[in-house]
Amino acid sequence: MFSAFLLILKRDLLLAMRRRSEIFTVLFFFIVVISLFPLGISTEDQLLKQIAPGVVWVAALLASTLALDRLFSDDYEDGTLEQMTLAPVSLPIVVLAKIIAHWLLTGLPLVLISPLVGLFYHLPFESIKVMMLVLLLGTPVLSMLGAIAAALTLGLRGGGVLVSLLVLPLYIPVLVYGAGAISTSMVEGLSIQPYVLLLSAFMLLAIIFSPWATAAAIKISIE
Amino acid sequence: MKINWFKYSAPMNFYPLAGKLIPIFWIAAILFITLGLYWGFFKTADVLSDQKQYYRIIYVHVASAWMAMWLYAVMVAWAMIGLVFNTRLSFMMASATAITGTVMTVIALATGAIWGKTSWGTWWDWDPKLTSFLILLFVYIGYIALQSAIDDVRRSDKASALLALVGLALVPIIYYAVNCPDPNECASLHQESSLERVESNILIAMFVTTFGFWMYSFATILMRVRIIILERERKTSWVSKLKEFNG
Repeated sequence: MFSAFLLILKRDLLLAMRRRSEIFTVLFFFIVVISLFPLGISTEDQLLKQIAPGVVWVAALLASTLALDRLFSDDYEDGTLEQMTLAPVSLPIVVLAKIIAHWLLTGLPLVLISPLVGLFYHLPFESIKVMMLVLLLGTPVLSMLGAIAAALTLGLRGGGVLVSLLVLPLYIPVLVYGAGAISTSMVEGLSIQPYVLLLSAFMLLAIIFSPWATAAAIKISIE
Repeated sequence: MKINWFKYSAPMNFYPLAGKLIPIFWIAAILFITLGLYWGFFKTADVLSDQKQYYRIIYVHVASAWMAMWLYAVMVAWAMIGLVFNTRLSFMMASATAITGTVMTVIALATGAIWGKTSWGTWWDWDPKLTSFLILLFVYIGYIALQSAIDDVRRSDKASALLALVGLALVPIIYYAVNCPDPNECASLHQESSLERVESNILIAMFVTTFGFWMYSFATILMRVRIIILERERKTSWVSKLKEFNG
């Protein structure tokens, strides 16, 4: 079972490495969205610091929903996904491997690039660290929840917009606590621990339940 | 005596039953809504603490808000029954319920905005209850959008049912996040219900109106489900024998 997990993970990473441009598309989308806000709102230091947590998270939410389109669609179109459902390996494990590979390609780069955002928005060093931490905990939840919606909309016309509509309301808890943690880190004397614990709990719950729901959704879409 | 529990789960048997029930629910709806609103508008106090006459919108507002939440539970229940027993009618009921639920959510939001304008001086406030309802509306719309995006009926039924279940699992978490955006202070959070403090006349009128709204929901859901049945079963022989089509 574990070898199947590793095999799928390696395969997905390898496929993505052969078409590197897709990774950078998501990453640059994130950066572009973030750099639009100061132009549209104001370039004043204090205001930028205030809106930075929300802007970063909204941009991360949008970038991850855009990336969801590619999670299953290639495999669905060439029939690989159908073979995976027939394979003698439990489908949730396969799905989990695919989601993790997807997060490594679209979520992790956002975490790594986020210090740049901190510089754009004049965030203190402490807050940049917190931002990386909460993005590290929160973006996997986005991929996990998004996978369910991506599986439900496989092969539909206009699937991309539909996925956003289905999944963005479900992202609200991650947005609230992710952005809340960064804002709190800028206030003296307040602890960010409750935020981190809540986000970790979301991540664990998502890892446990999402592969099963996604597998069920794939079966519904393929049959 | 052997009871056939699944008799009315066949669209063929349910269609005439629904047709008989609809007038009953319409009459009950009109009766209870008129009674509740009459009692609320003319038989209750003119002033409710700091609220003036405007507060009377409460009868429509609370009734629609309760129904909006209740219908979501009903919709998920039908979706779950459909997934477990694989009965076509349950999915039809779920999708018929979703529309009435959306309508109720919109009514609750609209009346809430009007009430907010008169008593708080603003159409909208990012208060937890208002935000929750906005999200409820998004969830309903997501369900309807997914259902209408899939052409294959079986797939669209099951996919939207699964989405409704996922939504149900996440709703408590979303509700918590909206109610308590700052976990450092959450210990002091309590949104206590003010129901006990409300005058009994107002309460009675509110419950009667809510019951009327419930009857109205029954009537519209059954009407919609009859249309869905006809659409989906139009090729079957029992539909072609209906007197609606043969004059």
